[in-house]
Amino acid sequence: MDTTQYLDIFIEESNEHIEALYNKLLELENDPNEKSIIEEIFRSAHTLKGMSATMGYNDLATLTHTLENVFDAIRYNRLTVQPKMIDLLVETVDQLNMMVTDIANGGNGSSDIAEIVSKLESIEQSSNNANEGFQCNDSGEDQTETPTMFLDFDEFELSILSESHDRGFQNYEITVTLREDCLLKGARVYMVFEVLEQMGEVIKSEPSVNDLEEEKFDQSFSVILISNQPGQAISEKIKHVSEIESVTIKPFSVQAYRELKQKQSNIHSLEIVNEQEQTSSISNQSLKSPHQKTIRVNIEKLDVLMNLFEELIIDRGRLEQIASDLRNSDLQETVERMARVSSDLQNIILTMRMVPIDFVFSRFPRMVRKLARELNKQVEIEIIGADTELDRTVIDEIGDPIVHLLRNAIDHGIESPEERIRKGKPEKGSIQLKAYHSGNHVFIEIADDGAGINKDKVLHKALKNGLINDKDIGSLSEQQIYELILESGFSTADTISDISGRGVGLDVVKNTIESLGGSITIDSKINEGSVFSIELPLTLTIISVLLVELNEEKYAIPLSSIIETAIIPKDKIMSAHKKKVIDFRGKVVPLVNLKEIFDCPQNDNEEEYTSIVIVKKGDRMAALVVDTFIGQQEIVLKTMGAYLDNVFAISGATILGDGQVALIIDSNAIVK
Amino acid sequence: MSEIGSEKKVIVFQLKDEEFAVSVQQIGSIERIQPITRVPNTPEFVKGVINLRGVVTPIIDLRSRLGIEETEYSDSTRIIIVFLDEMEVGLIVDAANDVIDIPTSSIEPTPEVIGAVNEDYIEGVAKLENRLLILLDLRKILTNNEINELKHVEGN
Repeated sequence: MDTTQYLDIFIEESNEHIEALYNKLLELENDPNEKSIIEEIFRSAHTLKGMSATMGYNDLATLTHTLENVFDAIRYNRLTVQPKMIDLLVETVDQLNMMVTDIANGGNGSSDIAEIVSKLESIEQSSNNANEGFQCNDSGEDQTETPTMFLDFDEFELSILSESHDRGFQNYEITVTLREDCLLKGARVYMVFEVLEQMGEVIKSEPSVNDLEEEKFDQSFSVILISNQPGQAISEKIKHVSEIESVTIKPFSVQAYRELKQKQSNIHSLEIVNEQEQTSSISNQSLKSPHQKTIRVNIEKLDVLMNLFEELIIDRGRLEQIASDLRNSDLQETVERMARVSSDLQNIILTMRMVPIDFVFSRFPRMVRKLARELNKQVEIEIIGADTELDRTVIDEIGDPIVHLLRNAIDHGIESPEERIRKGKPEKGSIQLKAYHSGNHVFIEIADDGAGINKDKVLHKALKNGLINDKDIGSLSEQQIYELILESGFSTADTISDISGRGVGLDVVKNTIESLGGSITIDSKINEGSVFSIELPLTLTIISVLLVELNEEKYAIPLSSIIETAIIPKDKIMSAHKKKVIDFRGKVVPLVNLKEIFDCPQNDNEEEYTSIVIVKKGDRMAALVVDTFIGQQEIVLKTMGAYLDNVFAISGATILGDGQVALIIDSNAIVK
Repeated sequence: MSEIGSEKKVIVFQLKDEEFAVSVQQIGSIERIQPITRVPNTPEFVKGVINLRGVVTPIIDLRSRLGIEETEYSDSTRIIIVFLDEMEVGLIVDAANDVIDIPTSSIEPTPEVIGAVNEDYIEGVAKLENRLLILLDLRKILTNNEINELKHVEGN
C-alpha cells in the first residue's frame, strides 16, 4: 500500500497525539486516579498505534502497543499509577517523539526499542501478577458467558460502557422480537426506543438505527442500554408496547466482549485489524469535538492569502491617492466602500491566522518538570490564558524567549527546597505563566515566587562589566536596574549552569521581543519573586503608522509608539547639557533630530516652528523632529531582506500608494 | 562551483570598460533603473531599496562595491537582481547586454595582477577570442562585513 500521500497527515497527527500524551501524563502525575485522563492517554496511544501500523512503522507500532497495554491495565485497575512509572512513561513518549521526528526528517522511524519495551512490559506484568485476585472480584454477572450480538464497538463506546459501571449504572443487552404479523415495524421500533430512552441511554443498536428506521430487519433487534433501573422493570415497560413477541434482557459485559474480540482478532489478519483501528480512531476524533466544525488549512496557503491581501492593501492605498487627486465623488465613494470591505476582510484574515498560545505553552510543563529535576528543585507551573490567541508568525517567534525566561526563573529565581523551607516558603516553588489580551496587544507574564532580583548584586555586576558607571547608580530607577539583566554580557548566577547559559541569554530575549515590535519589563521583590512581562502586538504584518517627511524622504512611525504630535515654537526648545530638550506637559523630553540620525542634508535656515512627534519606550520619551506630517495610514510591514536585516533605527519598510518604498522608524532604538 | 556540462551560461555586464560575468543560475531578472529609497546608516555602496513587484529589495552599486568610481545612471544602466542563499539583492551595473555560454575549459584562475579590483571577489577569468570576462563570486560580494561593523558603531 502506498502511504506516502498520507505521510504529512500522519506526522501532523502523530505530533498532536504525542503532545497530548505528554500533557496528559503530566496531569496524571498530579492526579493519578483520574479516569478521564487515563482514558485519553489510552485513546491517544491506541490511535497512534493504529496509524503507525497502517503506515508500516513497526517499531512505532510496537512501542505504542506496549504503552497502550500498560494503560489498559491501569484503566481496568490492574495497575495503579506510581510516580516512578511516570518517568518511564515520559521516557517512552520521548522515544516516540524521536521516532516521529525521524520519520518527519525522512527516516524510517526505526529505533532500538527493545529495552524500553521490556521495561514497560515488566510494569504491566507485575500488575497482572499482583492483581490477579482483583480481576476475579468483578461483579458476578460480568462473568456470564453469553454470546453477544455486538461485535464492533469502538473505543469510545467501550469507554462509556466501562465508565457507566463505575458510576453505578448497568449495561444491558436487550433483544426485542416483534410479532410476525406486525405491520409497522418502524413505528414499533420507534416506540421501543422511546421507552428505552426514558430509562437510560441507548449506546448502540444492531442493526443500526438507520436500518431499523427503514425496516431493514427481520423480527428482532438488539440494543445496548445503559440504565440504573433493574432489568425486570425495563423488560416490563418494553412489553407495554403492543405487537411485541418477546423481550430478552441480559447484562452486557465489556470484559467478555473484549475477550471475545481478542479471540477474533487473533484469527483476523493484521491488516484488517489495522483498518478497524483506523476507522475507530477516526470516529473517536469526530466524537471528541462535536461542536467545532473546522478544516485543516496549510499555513502556507494562509501566508499566500495574506500576501495577496497585502498587495490589495497597497493597491487600495494607491486607489485612495488617485481618488483624492481626481476629486471624482463617485470614485471616492467606491474607494471608501472598498476600504471598508477590505478592512473587514483584513480582520477575518488576521483572525484566521490566530493560533491559541497553548501552541507554545503546552510544551512548557514538561520542560519545567525536566529542568526542575535536573536542578534538584521542586517547581510547579500554572498556566493561565492558554487560549489567548496570537498571530501565527508571532507564535513561531515567541517560543524561544519564553523558554529562556522560564529557564531563568527555575535556575536563578526559584530557590532550592532547603532554602525555601528556611525562608518559610512552601517547599515547592511555583511559576505562573499568564497570557491575556489588552487592546491591540497581547501580554505574557512569567511570575515566579523565588528569590527575586537582588538589586545590589545587579548593580555590582553591571559596574564590574562596564554596563554602567558610578554616576549612573543614583539616577537609575528600580525597573531600570532590573532591566540591566537584559543587557548583553550579564550573568548573576553564582555558578554558571548549562541551563541558563553564560549571560548570553536574556539579551537575546530582549532583542527577539523588540524585533517583534514588543517590549519587556521586569518587576521584582526580594524573597517574593519576579515578574517578567512581555507586551506583543497582535499581528506583525499590517500596522498603523504616521507618515512623516524629512526633506523629500518619507518615513513611517508606528502609531503604537507615538504619544502625540505637536508643532512647537522655536523658543520652547531649551538646552540642557548641550542637548536640546523641550518641556512636554511638565516633563523634560530630549529632542532628537531625525535628520542627524538618518544623515539627511540639513537645511540651515532655522524655522519659526518645529514639528515634533513624541514617542515612548516604556516610560521614557523622546521628541523626534520632522519636516512635515503626511498623515496616518495602514501599511504592510515588509522586511528589507536578509542582506539589510539589521539597520540602525529602521525596523523595516513598506510600499506606499505611489509604489515608492518608505522606511519604518524603530523608535525603540532612538529612545535611550 | 560545480559544472555539470562543459559549458557555463553567464550574463555579461559592463562596469567602466571591463566586462564581468555571473552565472545565470543566480540571476532573477534584469531591471531598468528606477527610483531608489535611500536607507540611512548603511555602507556607501548600498544605494537603498526598491519596490520590485511588491518585494522590498536592497540595491548595491557594483561600481562602488568593487572600488570603481561611480557615474551618473543612464538609459543603459541596469539593475541585475541576484538570488543567493536567502538574500535577494539588486546590483547596479553600467549595462547588461549578453547571455553567453562559455566553455569551462576557457576559465582560468585569477591572474596575480588584476588592476583596481580586490581579487577576493573574482572567481576566475574567461578568455574568449578577443574578450576577457571576469567571473565574479557573488557570495563574496554580498558578504557584508562592512554592515556589521557599522552596526556596532551605531549601536553604542
